[in-house]
Amino acid sequence: MSAHAEALHGEHHGPPAAHQSSRVDARVLGMLLFIGSEIMLFGSFFAAYFFIRVVNPSASTITPDAWQFWPPCKEPPVNGQCTAGQYEFPVFVAGVNTAILVTSSFTMHWALQSIKRGQRTAFLGGMVLTFLMGLTFLVTQLVEYLHVGFNTGAGAFASVFFGLTGLHGAHVAVGLSLLLMVTIRGFRGHYSPEHHHGVELPGIYWHFVDIMWIVVYTTVYLL
Amino acid sequence: MQGPLRNEQAAFRFLLVTFGAFALIVVAASIDTTLGFITWIVLSAAAVWYYLRRRGARPAQERVERVGRSGERRVLVVANEAIGTEEVFSAISTRALSEKTRFLVVSPALTTPVAASASDREFARAAARERLDEMLARLASVGIEAAGEVGDSDPLVAVEDAVRTFHPDEIVVATPPPERSRWHEAGVVQSVSARFDVPVSHVVVASESAERDPPADEHYFPATPDT
Repeated sequence: MSAHAEALHGEHHGPPAAHQSSRVDARVLGMLLFIGSEIMLFGSFFAAYFFIRVVNPSASTITPDAWQFWPPCKEPPVNGQCTAGQYEFPVFVAGVNTAILVTSSFTMHWALQSIKRGQRTAFLGGMVLTFLMGLTFLVTQLVEYLHVGFNTGAGAFASVFFGLTGLHGAHVAVGLSLLLMVTIRGFRGHYSPEHHHGVELPGIYWHFVDIMWIVVYTTVYLL
Repeated sequence: MQGPLRNEQAAFRFLLVTFGAFALIVVAASIDTTLGFITWIVLSAAAVWYYLRRRGARPAQERVERVGRSGERRVLVVANEAIGTEEVFSAISTRALSEKTRFLVVSPALTTPVAASASDREFARAAARERLDEMLARLASVGIEAAGEVGDSDPLVAVEDAVRTFHPDEIVVATPPPERSRWHEAGVVQSVSARFDVPVSHVVVASESAERDPPADEHYFPATPDT
């Protein structure tokens, strides 16, 4: 009888062996479930955003009647006009940040493809570039917060703005931590064309973070 | 497994598609807000349609990599409660005579859709293990080496799992006669045959023992048949 069969018939202690399908790797499944929970989290923030903007816009600002504009007026409108001007989202800076983040997905993809082909230098270069671009995005967003011209006390519109972009920023920070670990491990000689799962999973997460930013940027800044 | 984030490459592709789709929405919305909303609706519907179409597509036949020493033959046997019948035993022993053959016997944990949805599989797995142990002991008593494992409640998933690890040269699927077999009704044998590029043999069990103990697929059905 084979070793496998003997193991089945032998005395067994502890819980039964976990049964898992070969359709999806358990680690990938874990990441997908995590991302699924993240989508729900972002979904709740988007629900708040659209509720404030579409369903109950009068809640979006503490300035009377200013909700008729988006972003709201800084002062109460006079004769239907924003005489003191509207609050402004830094569309251009965020657009540049978007370009940086999307580019970082390209370098992430390049890094993974490189390690799959055994090109270690390209892999390390890709990881370093990805990390640096992610860090640039995060730092730029923090600087943007300092110069945006309003804070959370300016009304619900400001709360959802900081809430959504801040939530995404937190995800970028988590992604950067993962990328840093991959980069450090890469420089210590880890990963190979056969074993690169530790690069693939942060890669999936990083692309997800980028996808969410495209949605956030489009809905909050552009539309 | 299908899904836009199933691996890094797919996630990267999904990122590009998302970028393109939202760029289109922004352009449409800059022309007219309603047009932007319509674009969003159309793109969302297209995405759902594409996903459902791909999900329903029949997977291409999978090439099973040949492994093991030269001259060695690997046979995967999949059976439900018919596993202990003479027909299955005979199918295995006949193949064991011909050449150096390794066997893996898989007994899917048969359960009901309701129990499967509630992850209530313990009893089904215990019953499948009991049937499997009996069969392996019987094979061992006549000197036939065989490994065994309890498989997924879905016979196709159970076969997939076993193919990944065992790399069979032949797959034997045992079922009761068509009129009493849910696996037959679900087209399990045909699906296995279409899915893998190895010969698939269908053993129809109609022995006395099977008559005495009606096979489970009379009563049970896999959670997701014929996926």
